[in-house]
Amino acid sequence: MTGTSLRRLFASPVFWRGVASIVAFLVLWELGARSRQWMAPEFYAPFKELLVAMGFKKDYLPWIGAVPAPSAVLKSWLAVIGQAGYWQSWYMSFFRVMAGFVSAMLIGIPFGLALAVSRSAHGIGFPVFEVLRPIPPLAWVPASIIFWPTQELAISFVTFLGAFYTIVINVLGGARSIDMRYFQAAQSMGASRLDIFRRIILPGTLPSIVVGSAVGMGITWEVVVAAEMISGGGSQIGGTSGGGLGFFIWNSYVGGSYEQIVVGMISIGVAGYVSSELLRWLGYYVTPWLRVR
Amino acid sequence: MDIRDPGPSAATRGRIVIDDVVKIYDPEGAAVMAVDHCTLDIEAGEICMIVGPSGCGKTTLLNAVAGFHEITSGRILMDGETLCSTEVPRAAPGPDRIVVFQNGALFPWKTNLENVIFGPVMQGRLGRNEAIDKGRAMMADAGLIGIEHNYPGEVSSGVRRRVEIVRALMNDPKVLLLDEPYRALDSLTKSVMHEALLEIYYKNRVTIFFITHDLEEAIFLGHRVAIMTTRPCKPKKVLAVNIPHPRDYGVLTSKRFRELIEETNEAVHEEALKAFQAGEKEG
Repeated sequence: MTGTSLRRLFASPVFWRGVASIVAFLVLWELGARSRQWMAPEFYAPFKELLVAMGFKKDYLPWIGAVPAPSAVLKSWLAVIGQAGYWQSWYMSFFRVMAGFVSAMLIGIPFGLALAVSRSAHGIGFPVFEVLRPIPPLAWVPASIIFWPTQELAISFVTFLGAFYTIVINVLGGARSIDMRYFQAAQSMGASRLDIFRRIILPGTLPSIVVGSAVGMGITWEVVVAAEMISGGGSQIGGTSGGGLGFFIWNSYVGGSYEQIVVGMISIGVAGYVSSELLRWLGYYVTPWLRVR
Repeated sequence: MDIRDPGPSAATRGRIVIDDVVKIYDPEGAAVMAVDHCTLDIEAGEICMIVGPSGCGKTTLLNAVAGFHEITSGRILMDGETLCSTEVPRAAPGPDRIVVFQNGALFPWKTNLENVIFGPVMQGRLGRNEAIDKGRAMMADAGLIGIEHNYPGEVSSGVRRRVEIVRALMNDPKVLLLDEPYRALDSLTKSVMHEALLEIYYKNRVTIFFITHDLEEAIFLGHRVAIMTTRPCKPKKVLAVNIPHPRDYGVLTSKRFRELIEETNEAVHEEALKAFQAGEKEG
């Protein structure tokens, strides 16, 4: 079974196109990063002159040679991969993301459903929600640090906000877009209000909950990294090396270890991908009727 | 001439009387009259076909019987009991009047069998296991075998319609309200569906209130065909289809069938033209 699917994967041009694209990207990056070493100044000077003549300031021009090469990044990664501090950063960020995300689901789904089914809940809750929603989660960081007793709670709260609004909006929209016919059919067949909620509204909203949480998860990672950078990573918990991946990047920047910055960036990419895959799998599992489309 | 061979006479329930019903949308603002003093007496166990151009107000009438919409005045009775009237403008929806919707309303998140047993389980008439047994039997009866555990999205639209009709019949309704259920089907599937519906009808003898804009469909299936005027809607001509049941597809090529089409085609075309012109005026 696994053998056949692997064989099919290796036989597929789509797979090899993907591999080729990644390899080409890495090669170009490596060449660009090494251009400082092998490119004679006389070779690129005319291009710079031309750009300066067009009115660009010499010092402002970007130079890909300033970016660490993928080989150097890999070396740096191998160096940190054995360190507990690096994995502690992973753990801290994952923990915050999960804390924020899970509480956003636990509060956001019932809240969104309440807004959808009850006119008075909508009347009371929605205006406040709509005023708070445009405030970017990062604008909450200072207030959050003042309000919450620990920095850990403060960061988790900000991540919570990142996912919360998206989840509520999706649940509300999803519940409201359920076709009227389903309600009419259920009502005709003798379903009570509770039955309609459980058997029509909940499953009818589920696809939107899945979409909302996927989007929310993405925002959560954006927010947690920025919050860790701003707040100094909640340093009293894990020490300087345990402040999460955002703090890992910031710390590398302050310490002048540019390879490590890229290591941190790619780590976040991988972490985000793993979370999305996890959610996709969960979504696939809870909405079996959508698999056939 | 008794045209209601064995069908209606075998049924004792499900007579629908629509008595002088008026429906005006938005009585305060720009009032639009959708149904204009409509009177129609549908016998118990009759297949009554309602024919009219799209948007003529026939669905409004169906929704009033089902209890999804209010009426403005008049009354609708079922077996002598008032469903709705000027005083109580909206009937309570119930399992005795089940609608099969134009685009289908099977719950996509439930398997076909779960859909079929929904009604009796919700009403507490049958336990889950009894309902499953009955549902399987009724699906098998309608030729729906091997798709019980598929989701509606996994089967063809023709099969979905049949599942939905079985789901409706599981409620033991007095009246089936069909709102252009075969509109989206191709003509080959449609002809199969017509025979399947008649077969189900011969077994169950339930009153059928069937909305369509397809005159051939109407004459092939119905005991009577009510041709409606375009908005506001009321019967323009009620045709008794004196072709004996049970019918099969041979009927379509019979001389009598052609004559009936000819007899009614003009009335339908006239209304379609009016609806088209009205649409142009609005647009």
